[in-house]
Amino acid sequence: MEMIKAKDLSFEYIRRDEEGNVESINKAIDNINLEIEKGDFIAILGANGSGKSTFAKHINAILYPTEGSLWVNGMNTAEEKNLWDIRQTAGMVFQNPDNQIIATVVEEDVAFGPENLGIETKEIWRRVEESLKAVGMLQMRHMSPNKLSGGQKQRVAIAGIMAMRPECIILDEPTAMLDPNGRREVISTIHELNKKEKVTVILITHHMDEVIYADKVYVMEKGHLVMEGTPREIFSRVDEIKKYRLDVPQVTELAYELRKSGLDLPEGILTVEELVKALEEVRRKPH
Amino acid sequence: MQIIFDKVNYIYGKGTAFERHALKDISFCINKGEFIGLIGHTGSGKSTLIQHMNGLIKASSGHVYFNGEDIYAQGYNMKQLRSKVGLVFQYPEHQLFETTVFKDVVFGPLNLGLDKLESELRAYESLKMVGISDDLLDASPFELSGGQKRRVAIAGVLAMKPEVLILDEPTAGLDPRGRDDILNQIAKLHKEVGMTIILVTHSMEDVACYSDRLFVMNNGELVFQNPTKEVFAHYKELEEMHLAAPQVTYVMNMLKEKGWNVSCDATTVKEARDEILRALGSTR
Repeated sequence: MEMIKAKDLSFEYIRRDEEGNVESINKAIDNINLEIEKGDFIAILGANGSGKSTFAKHINAILYPTEGSLWVNGMNTAEEKNLWDIRQTAGMVFQNPDNQIIATVVEEDVAFGPENLGIETKEIWRRVEESLKAVGMLQMRHMSPNKLSGGQKQRVAIAGIMAMRPECIILDEPTAMLDPNGRREVISTIHELNKKEKVTVILITHHMDEVIYADKVYVMEKGHLVMEGTPREIFSRVDEIKKYRLDVPQVTELAYELRKSGLDLPEGILTVEELVKALEEVRRKPH
Repeated sequence: MQIIFDKVNYIYGKGTAFERHALKDISFCINKGEFIGLIGHTGSGKSTLIQHMNGLIKASSGHVYFNGEDIYAQGYNMKQLRSKVGLVFQYPEHQLFETTVFKDVVFGPLNLGLDKLESELRAYESLKMVGISDDLLDASPFELSGGQKRRVAIAGVLAMKPEVLILDEPTAGLDPRGRDDILNQIAKLHKEVGMTIILVTHSMEDVACYSDRLFVMNNGELVFQNPTKEVFAHYKELEEMHLAAPQVTYVMNMLKEKGWNVSCDATTVKEARDEILRALGSTR
């Protein structure tokens, strides 16, 4: 069974005036069909306003479809009886940690989730330690969250979700405020969760270098799914990516520029090592 | 010398359990019209440092001089300092509060004591400067996209006609196009108006494109304040400080290690492309 299945999914934001009359309708998601397999690492890219966050909010049933359906682990999100099971299955991490942190001590905030799930005390603390360690915040466990910097807070928020061991984690631009090392740590943590614990990961991001390890990449534009494929397939279509107001990793752009200037480089170069290897090949070729 | 810091120290929560020595003996000079990039790991002291530049935070010890005047001297006009050194915080849309975009931008100059007409003229001018079209002036700030809100918040600071503009991660949370728009606007201000710019960011690629010098903070210390290319040449040290160099810098250094005759100071895609083509051309 798929982890997530969307069929003919559409969602409209309806704005009403004071009397309840419809003022405007914004079709944020338009006829989306996709399936995400258990254990996949999926990335969703799209310019702001493309509908990716709206779609993410359907996965843990914060929003319900206006048309079509969404199933999480076989449960239809439109059926109220499924609500809490869906929310336990799919955990969401938002961009702004201040909207997610509620306790006055770091380790208590991380413990909040598992506590609410009725997990026994020893296991709660084991999970708290593991999760904090995984995000590099264990030594700050006794600190007050409001003394932390933005990036540190975000790592605590992520630890809080991870401590609940959901089957699926959706992260809506989780690294937007982190420095390069913080980003690397968070992404490698998410990656480990995906590979070791088989947690399905859905990552919404603008950072192209975070996407290169995904199993599959979806690109959204104005509510539609416009591209789907492996990272290599997607990023080799540089002009198309730019048309959707997105970026490619700097190294991919360099390869693209060199190809445009006549060098015979393969498509879909995603890392520094790949480019250097390809350039060495070019240098070796007789002319 | 527009801004001088002389052995500035700041300690948060002195004497409490949360005492934190956030700035350690910071000394530097910034000249009028420079474009400074300020980078450093999370918690290194960047936000603390910039809040000392417009007197929002007072140093625990040391001196800060603006245009040659000691800002901690008796009778110094702090209010005026804050209009000359404009600070745009992270997520500046949190600063927006009025019912229309135009009113929000007028607020600043009005508070400075300027008359209504002058304030409105400035608001109109600065909104134009950040590329907000006329049809948005009467819209509620909260109906705009993230990037548009950012630009309105920046306009609010620009309406004070600052000599220095400090931006704390102005592109966080924006999509690539929004990021490019904001950075291009900032670069324009720098070129056309000669505004001194201090850009706090985590993006090495952005800072490589725009800044003359790079200030690097590490655990409360200012470890570099050299020209950008010089700093990125120390990419191994940067990594030890939990930072990095732009991706292309790594490409060039790896090629050099493999015996290519390339200079390693390319920090943008165009520079790297030209350097690689040049190196290949000379062996053909």
